[in-house]
Amino acid sequence: MSESLVVPTMAEMLAEGKQPEVLFWVGCAGSFDDRAKKITKAFVRILNRTNVSFAVLGTEESCTGDPAKRAGNEFLFQMQAMMNIEVLNAYEAKKIVTACPHCFNTLKNEYPELGGQYDVIHHTEFLKGLIDDGRLTVEGGQFKGKRITFHDPCYLGRANKVYEAPRDLIQKLDVELVEMKRSKANGLCCGAGGAQMFKDAEPGDKEINVERTEDALEVKPDIIAAGCPFCNTMLTDGIKHQEKEASVKVMDIAELIANAQDL
Amino acid sequence: MSYLDNILFAILLIVGFGFFARSVKKIIRNINLGVDVDRKDNSKARWKNMAMIALGQSKMVRRPVAGILHIFVYVGFIIINIELLEIIIDGLFGTHRIFAPYLGVVYDVLIASFEILALLVLVAVIVFWIRRNIVRLKRFINPDLKGFPKSDANYILYFEMVLMTLFLLMNATDLHLQNVPGGFSHFHKAGSFPVSQFIAPIFNGMSNELVMLLCEAFWWLHIVGILIFMNYLYFSKHLHILLAFPNTYFANLNPEGQFDNLESVTKEVKLMMDPNADPFAAAPVDENAAPAKFGASDVQDLNWVQLLNAYTCTECGRCTSSCPANQTGKKLSPRKIMMDTRDRLQEVGNNIDANKGVFVPDNKTLLNDYITAEELWACTSCNACVEECPVNISPLSIIMDMRRYLVMEQSAAPMSLNAMMTNIENNGAPWQYSQQDRLNWKNEN
Repeated sequence: MSESLVVPTMAEMLAEGKQPEVLFWVGCAGSFDDRAKKITKAFVRILNRTNVSFAVLGTEESCTGDPAKRAGNEFLFQMQAMMNIEVLNAYEAKKIVTACPHCFNTLKNEYPELGGQYDVIHHTEFLKGLIDDGRLTVEGGQFKGKRITFHDPCYLGRANKVYEAPRDLIQKLDVELVEMKRSKANGLCCGAGGAQMFKDAEPGDKEINVERTEDALEVKPDIIAAGCPFCNTMLTDGIKHQEKEASVKVMDIAELIANAQDL
Repeated sequence: MSYLDNILFAILLIVGFGFFARSVKKIIRNINLGVDVDRKDNSKARWKNMAMIALGQSKMVRRPVAGILHIFVYVGFIIINIELLEIIIDGLFGTHRIFAPYLGVVYDVLIASFEILALLVLVAVIVFWIRRNIVRLKRFINPDLKGFPKSDANYILYFEMVLMTLFLLMNATDLHLQNVPGGFSHFHKAGSFPVSQFIAPIFNGMSNELVMLLCEAFWWLHIVGILIFMNYLYFSKHLHILLAFPNTYFANLNPEGQFDNLESVTKEVKLMMDPNADPFAAAPVDENAAPAKFGASDVQDLNWVQLLNAYTCTECGRCTSSCPANQTGKKLSPRKIMMDTRDRLQEVGNNIDANKGVFVPDNKTLLNDYITAEELWACTSCNACVEECPVNISPLSIIMDMRRYLVMEQSAAPMSLNAMMTNIENNGAPWQYSQQDRLNWKNEN
């Protein structure tokens, strides 16, 4: 754990005349949110261990504009998008990996029309690819035999039909993958999407993340796996609300893999 | 004298179809009040969507009970239209079971299958009625389904019960008269009646003339009922039996997470970011350009597919019952978004009709008078409603267009969202952190 992370930036790569295999889009949550930063680091540890040539934009990265767009501010979204596209195109980025389904969806689906054409993949798909190529091997390690349930992030699952990659990764850990009653296309939102993360919920009977956490707790998991920093926060809050933080953990798939490998 | 029936029948048909054509014209006119959007590309994928979803009912069966019962009613409806063709020819030319001599055994099979389907429809419709009125499934008693929409659903069920019963009674009397020893009138033996043969015995004690009278009465009530039902569609959620087909054809083919980029905004942003643009230059004048309005506050600002969606909505409530906001007690109901859109569109259409083809402002809009900002802000954009809809309606696209209006035209976002947007503008992140600190995580423990 103590070994320091190697995180080259695109600028540094360019100075050396190199082009990385993949650009890691960290995202605002992954850069600034204390919980999400752990996911970022776990993913980087895996990239370092598997010698994947990657780079980040670092201080040249900016919000993709997803929360602005979904809040209805198309101006702000397009300004962000065009600025980011200018930077990405200047570095001739081709393949982008990100651990945030919101960045993933926006870069993948909404940037092309504005001049940003990239091959965008979610980190669960990327990790799956590493395993398929034999570059990464995973064994259960500390998770062997645990009950794990996966919460489908809306912007990964329903929005882009990525359902299997995260599940395949979980199954590599010799664990018992249990499905919630609402999963895959029928999954329930964590409550954070559509810019809800940044505002109070409208009046109702219940918070959405509490409802979703109940779904998860119903299958009695040891770990709730997530593939989105926002879902992670919402479910962690839900677990605290139910006072289950001692017995149930919420972890990103990158963290599961990194921890199983003792990285 | 003997032609009186046929003439009366022809008049009925002309009136029935005439009124129906007028309704169809109005619907098309109203849908065209929407903004244009290109949904004519990729016709192969569109035909496939229509075949799978509308014709093949693939999304209906995701809820198996309702799905299978719905298939009974749907197949019954399609197949019985063949019988209707015979009824129309018989009615116009005074013939009786005109197809029978030509089709022979096939005719028997056809009639038998109509009968079985009629029975299945009857069973399905009764179960539907029970689910709505006795079991009271949550999505059918939600507060957004009150008043006419609630009665509408039951009227449709009653209509179908009556029509199917009349169809079976008509066949039963016919069968009875076919079996009168020595033959009666023009009732020759034709068809096979696996269901109505069990109804036929109730006519046993009656005179042939009375049964004949009943038979004609059932026949007339059946066809008149169908004509009335057809004209009721315009006022009803039942319009989906026609519009489900174009609606699935023109549905969005992009990934659900891909929201459209507003082109009018792109132009302005490009100009803003172009270092060579002269900031003081007058905007190029386009004579035909309508004053740009961002987002939607009324039905005319929505696109025609969204308006077609509104007419197609069957108010089944699968969207609402899967909506995370609705399930946790918030005011948002995707079904209500669609119903409101249709109600407002109808109101605008009536306004145009009443004012000789022009819309006279009525100081009302879809936003506020029908849909409140509170409903719009409760949406998590999770696409559950879009995924659930058996006919690919997108309530989410309407919600997003109305949010755009609130934010870009009225600056009426909730305070906390304004703070988030200010942060993105100033720091490139929704939180108040400096962009220069974006890589700090690298060296933190």
